[in-house]
Amino acid sequence: MDHKVIGIQYWFLALLSVFVGMALSLYMRLRLAWPSGSFPFMGEGPMTPETYLSLLTMHGTIMVFFVLTTAPQGGFGNYVLPIQIGAADMAFPFLNMMSFWTTLLGFFVIIAAFFVSGGAPTGGWTGYPPLSAVGEIAGPGQGLGQTLWIVSIAIFAVGSLLGSLNFITTTIDLRAKGMSLMRMPLTVWTWFVTSILMLLSFAVLLAAGILLLMDRELGTSFFIPAGLVISEQVINHKGGSPLLWQHLFWFFGHPEVYIAILPGMGVTSQILSTFARKPIFGYRAMVYAIVAIGALGFFVWGHHMFISGLSPYSGLIFSMVTLTIGVPSAIKTFNWLGTLWGGQIRFATPMLYAIGFVSLFVSGGLSGPFLGQSSLDLYLHDTYFVVAHFHLVMGVAAIFGMFAGTVYWFPKMFGRMMNETLGKIHFWITFVGVYAIFMPMHYIGIAGHPRRYADTTAVDYLAALQPVHEFISIAAIITIAAQLFFVINFFWSLYRGPKASENPWEATTLEWTVPSPPPHDNFGGRTPVVYRGPYEYSVPGASQDYIMQTTPDTMVRGAK
Amino acid sequence: MAEAIIRGQPQVGGGAGRGDFPDGGLGDPDRGGGVPPGTVRRTYRTGMGLALLGISMLFVAFTSAYIVRSGLSNDWQPVELPPLVWWNTGALLASSITMELTRRALNSGLRAQCNRWLAATAALGLAFLVGQWGVWRQLSGHGIFLDTNPSSSFFYLLTASHALHLLGGLLALLYIVSEAWRYRLGPAKRTLVEVTAIYWHFMDGLWVYILLLLWFWR
Repeated sequence: MDHKVIGIQYWFLALLSVFVGMALSLYMRLRLAWPSGSFPFMGEGPMTPETYLSLLTMHGTIMVFFVLTTAPQGGFGNYVLPIQIGAADMAFPFLNMMSFWTTLLGFFVIIAAFFVSGGAPTGGWTGYPPLSAVGEIAGPGQGLGQTLWIVSIAIFAVGSLLGSLNFITTTIDLRAKGMSLMRMPLTVWTWFVTSILMLLSFAVLLAAGILLLMDRELGTSFFIPAGLVISEQVINHKGGSPLLWQHLFWFFGHPEVYIAILPGMGVTSQILSTFARKPIFGYRAMVYAIVAIGALGFFVWGHHMFISGLSPYSGLIFSMVTLTIGVPSAIKTFNWLGTLWGGQIRFATPMLYAIGFVSLFVSGGLSGPFLGQSSLDLYLHDTYFVVAHFHLVMGVAAIFGMFAGTVYWFPKMFGRMMNETLGKIHFWITFVGVYAIFMPMHYIGIAGHPRRYADTTAVDYLAALQPVHEFISIAAIITIAAQLFFVINFFWSLYRGPKASENPWEATTLEWTVPSPPPHDNFGGRTPVVYRGPYEYSVPGASQDYIMQTTPDTMVRGAK
Repeated sequence: MAEAIIRGQPQVGGGAGRGDFPDGGLGDPDRGGGVPPGTVRRTYRTGMGLALLGISMLFVAFTSAYIVRSGLSNDWQPVELPPLVWWNTGALLASSITMELTRRALNSGLRAQCNRWLAATAALGLAFLVGQWGVWRQLSGHGIFLDTNPSSSFFYLLTASHALHLLGGLLALLYIVSEAWRYRLGPAKRTLVEVTAIYWHFMDGLWVYILLLLWFWR
């Protein structure tokens, strides 16, 4: 029931999931580049379009829920948040443990969907009705596989609700003496805001999941319209609306994007400040930007539905609110650059990943204003442009945040350092690799290549783009292979890495005042007292270039 | 949910960036430390508040689906609420009053009275759930089932979701009753009674809200 153990459990669940998700994407890339090839474990002959769609669905679902939601929040948040605010554990350790086991159960249920009759669902990670609501008639995977998908997501939602409740209570009530809100590290701010988003959005997803399950299993018609004919059979439901699902789903789905990316922003801020040996540029502006992104995230869900028959007037409103999010995002980016400017930068691997995060966030974010306008989105929405956009800005950027967090907190979690050389090799191949994968997708998207299709060989105007697909797939294979460096580095360092000191990065926050790894109750029975903000680096007149949050003013000058 | 909250013992630490320590402190005086009084009570109350926020969002989502779906097509036929619903509502409202009497009796140390009101609350809660079951039986007896029309779908969905949440509260109450019977309801358990009372009143209010929704938005 120790929060640190639970954090590590979440982290390993995410590691397992990310490799499952990556393997699925590898098969999709193989299918796209070499349509007629046959691949190991995929049966004889070319892969069927149904198989491709099930890979697509499961890749999206596993990555979004069990990686992007699990590792940054459940993993690092659980491990680090209580220590950073000076608490001995989460407010409700039992609830915390329940939240992990619930999530793990959800993972087993989604994996089970591969092995049931009919196979994995093909409805995409958004599970749009009516095809997700009518059962096997919509395709083999839409039978039991789709049911398991909904059940898994509902279980995951419950687990996330328990977890977020715990995070918020801990942050509100268990802060150490002196740890005022404006002295919290930005990581704590992002976990805190993320938890609020989770609490408010996952309950809505749960409601939507229940309604969809009732449509499938109990004969109700919430989402299924009248007069539907699928595979030449009339569906015996009436009066429902698929749009209703889309509204409920995206009311969850857009905050979910920020649930994935906000913790990465927090880690990046923390690391940039530490390794540039400068206070974070504009701490308060950063806090307000985090809160603004979280709040605005609840009012933009409609921009996922521009081409779903949404009224153009609502589209216009959603479009304007969406573009507004560019403001806090730009504030954050400028503050990160401001933090780097003139710093005495130490290029250790956590810093590289953090800079990589900023780079990917900007590259992926810049296509946001294109897609945020409903008029442009009409053209781009169903193309690879969108695939490129969200993979860069919330997929790979968040993954780089996780890499950064892993290398940064590894000494604290396991008491040893990770290997710098292997880390740098991994960083450069991955960094160049993801750009090689996703940048060309912008291009084929603008050229009009639709997404989600397994096979476009019969389409004349796309034939010229096939070499680009081959290039992307080769880049993907190399990048995926390079992940071995990370895994080898991780497990080798776990047993053979050099022993870490209490504060190897010379950082200032509370987790670096305790032994690596920390004892069961973190602070050995004494809760710390906090005297200052989290990023006091290179303070003029101080004896060291960093001042711990627990150092009283009298000690700063006195030790000179 | 309620059961989980009972079992999870909050860990203690400093609180909310404030430092009201007992005289002399409980830890090393140089580094602060120790347990500010009232931390446990505060975490339970915060946690319950947040749980209720999450539950509210669930019902907000159901409500928006209800309103949207009711305007969509012409197959909506409002469910006639059986008179039994009003008896159930009465039982639930009464249980809120007895819950409040329980809390007051406990706060003024009247143990015997407290146990009586506690048992009354649990009994009224149980009566409500049985009554709701009766309502379902009556409706299905009239040929109104879950999939009859969207209005009946929502009726069953909302009543079942509420009943499930109330069942959680009832389990918490039964736990408190069993503790009280074994004379283990010390001052430390007062927090437990308090958050259960908050939950119970909320479930009461939620029921009134559902009833108003079903009554006015036909």
